[in-house]
Amino acid sequence: MGALEPILLTIITASTPLLLAAMGELITERSGVLNLGVEGMMIVGAVMGFSITAMTGNPYMGVIASMFAGMMMALLFGFLTLNLMTNQVATGLALTILGLGLSGMLGEGFIGQPGIKLPVLHIPGLSEIPFLGTVLLSQDILVYISLALVAAVYYFLFKTRAGLVVRAVGDNHSSAHALGYSVLKVRYLAVLFGGACSGLAGGYLSLVYTPQWVEGMTAGRGWIALALVVFASWRPLRLLVGAYLFGAVSVLQFHAQAAGIGLPSQFMSALPYLATIVVLVIISRNLVVTRANTPACLGRPFSPDR
Amino acid sequence: MRKLSKILATAALALGLGAGSSFADEPLKVGFVYVGPVSDHGYSYQHDLARKAVEKHFGDKVETTFIENVPGGADAERAVERLARSGHELVFSTSFGFMNPTLKVAKRFPNVKFEHATGFKRAKNMATYNGRFYEARYVMGQIAATASETGTAGYIGAFPIPEVVRGMNAFMLGAQSVDPDFKVKVIWVNSWYDPGREADAAKALVDQGVDVILQHTDSPAPLQIAQERGVLAFGQASDNIEFAPTSQASALLNDWAPYYIDRIQAVMDGTWEATDTWGGIDSGMVKLAPLRNVSDEVKAVAEETIAKFESGEFEPFTGPVYKQDGTVFLEDGVEVTDEQLLGMNFFVKGFDASLPN
Amino acid sequence: MRLELEKRSEHSALMTILSPVLALVLTLIAGGILFAAMGYNPGEALYAFFLEPLTNQWSIEELLVKAGPLILIAVGLSVCFLSNNWNIGAEGQFTIGALTGSIIPILFHEYTGPMAMPLMVLMGALGGMAWASVPAFLKTRFGTNEILTSLMLVYIAQYLLDYLVRGPWRDPDGFNFPESRLFDDAHTLMTLGDGRLHLGIVFALVAVLAVWFMLSQTLKGFEIKVMGETPRAGRFAGFSHRGIVWFGFLISGACAGIAGMAEVSGSIGQLTPVISPGYGFTAIIVAFLGRLNPIGIVFAGLLLALSYIGGESAQVSIGLTDKITRVFQGMLLFFVLGCDTLILYRIRLIKTARKAGGAHGRA
Repeated sequence: MGALEPILLTIITASTPLLLAAMGELITERSGVLNLGVEGMMIVGAVMGFSITAMTGNPYMGVIASMFAGMMMALLFGFLTLNLMTNQVATGLALTILGLGLSGMLGEGFIGQPGIKLPVLHIPGLSEIPFLGTVLLSQDILVYISLALVAAVYYFLFKTRAGLVVRAVGDNHSSAHALGYSVLKVRYLAVLFGGACSGLAGGYLSLVYTPQWVEGMTAGRGWIALALVVFASWRPLRLLVGAYLFGAVSVLQFHAQAAGIGLPSQFMSALPYLATIVVLVIISRNLVVTRANTPACLGRPFSPDR
Repeated sequence: MRKLSKILATAALALGLGAGSSFADEPLKVGFVYVGPVSDHGYSYQHDLARKAVEKHFGDKVETTFIENVPGGADAERAVERLARSGHELVFSTSFGFMNPTLKVAKRFPNVKFEHATGFKRAKNMATYNGRFYEARYVMGQIAATASETGTAGYIGAFPIPEVVRGMNAFMLGAQSVDPDFKVKVIWVNSWYDPGREADAAKALVDQGVDVILQHTDSPAPLQIAQERGVLAFGQASDNIEFAPTSQASALLNDWAPYYIDRIQAVMDGTWEATDTWGGIDSGMVKLAPLRNVSDEVKAVAEETIAKFESGEFEPFTGPVYKQDGTVFLEDGVEVTDEQLLGMNFFVKGFDASLPN
Repeated sequence: MRLELEKRSEHSALMTILSPVLALVLTLIAGGILFAAMGYNPGEALYAFFLEPLTNQWSIEELLVKAGPLILIAVGLSVCFLSNNWNIGAEGQFTIGALTGSIIPILFHEYTGPMAMPLMVLMGALGGMAWASVPAFLKTRFGTNEILTSLMLVYIAQYLLDYLVRGPWRDPDGFNFPESRLFDDAHTLMTLGDGRLHLGIVFALVAVLAVWFMLSQTLKGFEIKVMGETPRAGRFAGFSHRGIVWFGFLISGACAGIAGMAEVSGSIGQLTPVISPGYGFTAIIVAFLGRLNPIGIVFAGLLLALSYIGGESAQVSIGLTDKITRVFQGMLLFFVLGCDTLILYRIRLIKTARKAGGAHGRA
């Protein structure tokens, strides 16, 4: 392997949880729901993924459990914000508090145990291709899922009728309702999808990134995922760019430090955040595109007036 | 109004003291304040293990209480004061950030005794304690330099503070005692505790050619990466051999239990004083996990040094020691003072990375 | 049978009072079950949470110390949120306010004149405003979404604080430890009781009154609400979109900045790497829990502060772990938010067994 390949592998690992969680939130927000509880769903996904893997010995069971756990958290959020029409921002933040506490309780018995790592799926013939194969095609299933999701979500949102409905519900729920679409049903599905993806992102942390469970191991990645959705102006391809940009800068600054660069480490650590702002400012100058993609009903509760 | 509340407060204080003066059969209440969750499997976890050892040792003669997850700021003073107010006669505040809050509370509660870890401010009723963890780092430096093939180690630090810098310097001196040209690459992750970033840092170091990884952060993530990449590594705070069965050479262990038991006994005997304790390998406060995954030659080198530390006759920071810029830090034969150790904010000669000031 | 929500024609006055009570009852029941399930005495746990913190003066003062920054930040945020600006970076503005508010006590510590304290407050406010003006500028000039910029600036502010207290601003007599010098008495906010309660809570209450007055009695308040709810109508009325973005961000930045300065000068007494347990984020909950109403925010801030102080009290008195405390906090918030629905909506049981979903079907 050359010098570049291991660096790229590290970047993929650093970016994948962000991409997964953000992709879920992208769909949620496209339907007009702002769920700030990504961090909470993610951490519960991480603990469930780890504990079920530890109990069954099968990391794929862990992956399913993490997805399911994220969905359960999302269901709670959906019930409150969609049925009871509570404020989405406050409910999402409360969900994060709950998730951090709940995961700590659930994971107490699993502290200090090494986990089982999700295996790499070798694709015979393809994984051996120099560079492309050794980097991109020698990954675990969650990396493949995260990349497939980019294409799938893009296709879904812009090429299918169902995707059009999701966007319509997010842009103008009253009109969508008048046209006969069930705003609530669409939003529930979108929220659940968001929960599933956040859960998977958490599972990626405790099953691939660092196969272990420690309290608070998401360390704010849910918040970064939220910011990345905005960075992407709710578009899946741009989300891919954003997640990998953030991951790349975070990893490369470590390389710069190890090589002995003389800048304060705090500045190096702040680089990914700075870079995201700067790049967003540069690309957000096209206001028409940005506005056209921003869900107009984001964060607004819907109740059909009768 | 102010006067009234003052009288009330004084009365409350008096009551509190009344409750505090222990009768022979009443358990001594001992409080602990932790910076992280007890389940962090790192720094706070080790303090809590010691608390449990205290309970086991004294049985119903003590009653312990802890407040976890106190990151600092305004919450620290309240947490310490809450323990002081609720009848605890001895309070261990276990993080550097609690120094000034503990001092303030100590002044208000002259009859409660306080023990602050890793700080330098003391009062009549406030003692300090710390471990000479750098001694273990010196041994690790010798192990690393003897075992390394590339002649380069990677060191993951949380923050550039004296505690961490001291360890890095001791590691370097240990390594240089074996291989004068040994190199150490440094990465700061700016967090005590973020498994993902610690792992990223470890990967970056291995990618840049190091074959030994040191960490002064809390999670076992760097060990897992070392295991994956087949390089040598040292654990932090706990023996984490399960995370790196064929990679962990040893681990730095903090064992606070003997100190806590001593100090509680002193309170019971009425002999407690506001001392300043720096426990090294000789006191048992600092330990190394069993040496594994290294050759017998390496083991012999390490064990010889550990024995020297145990006899209490060896100080790694003994001159001649030079600072990174080539100026003299310690003249030939001169031993470092505790004050110099406490405030150490420079690298010794041999580091390529610079320490921002 | 199913539950349906029906929008009330106006706020129910009865429910405005009843909903918090109902939320409290539900929290007590569910909390009791949670504590019992985890092996604690539910009565003792609930007492430690809700009553013990109110039984002595010290604890009440500490409650107000905790509630002060939450209320002050949340009141500022409410202006921003009402005008439909998503400032979720109050934590960063708080941090920078603490930094700029510390310039005098750290760099000009010899200056202890009577103007020192007013200047510190002013500088804290300006610092918070400066940090908040970055997202405002980027939004008005380039159309950059403020959710991302304000959030990212939180991290940048924290690294800046970290750099300063570990580097140039550390205490020269502090053995190179990452802390600034202790503030002089002249740079410490006046205390109000015997403990740590300081002027910060007064700042918060003044801000509450000022914002309440502005929102309910002035044209500016009307403008904010119109621009928040129907920006098109606002533009027809001649209100400026840019103006309102700037106004919202500057007010919330100033409040967060003053809160940061007050926390450092009043509660901590020096600048340290950790100055906030996430006040800026918790204040977002407080703002919405208080329904973006200044008076509501006071109650919400006190409730959140009580849940923190109560959690700590329960750790000491019955050994309840921090994790259970957070689960309980989450539950409490859910109940309060959920019961709030009753003020705006009426719940009805509908006995339609098989009404076709169709256009009006609901999941």
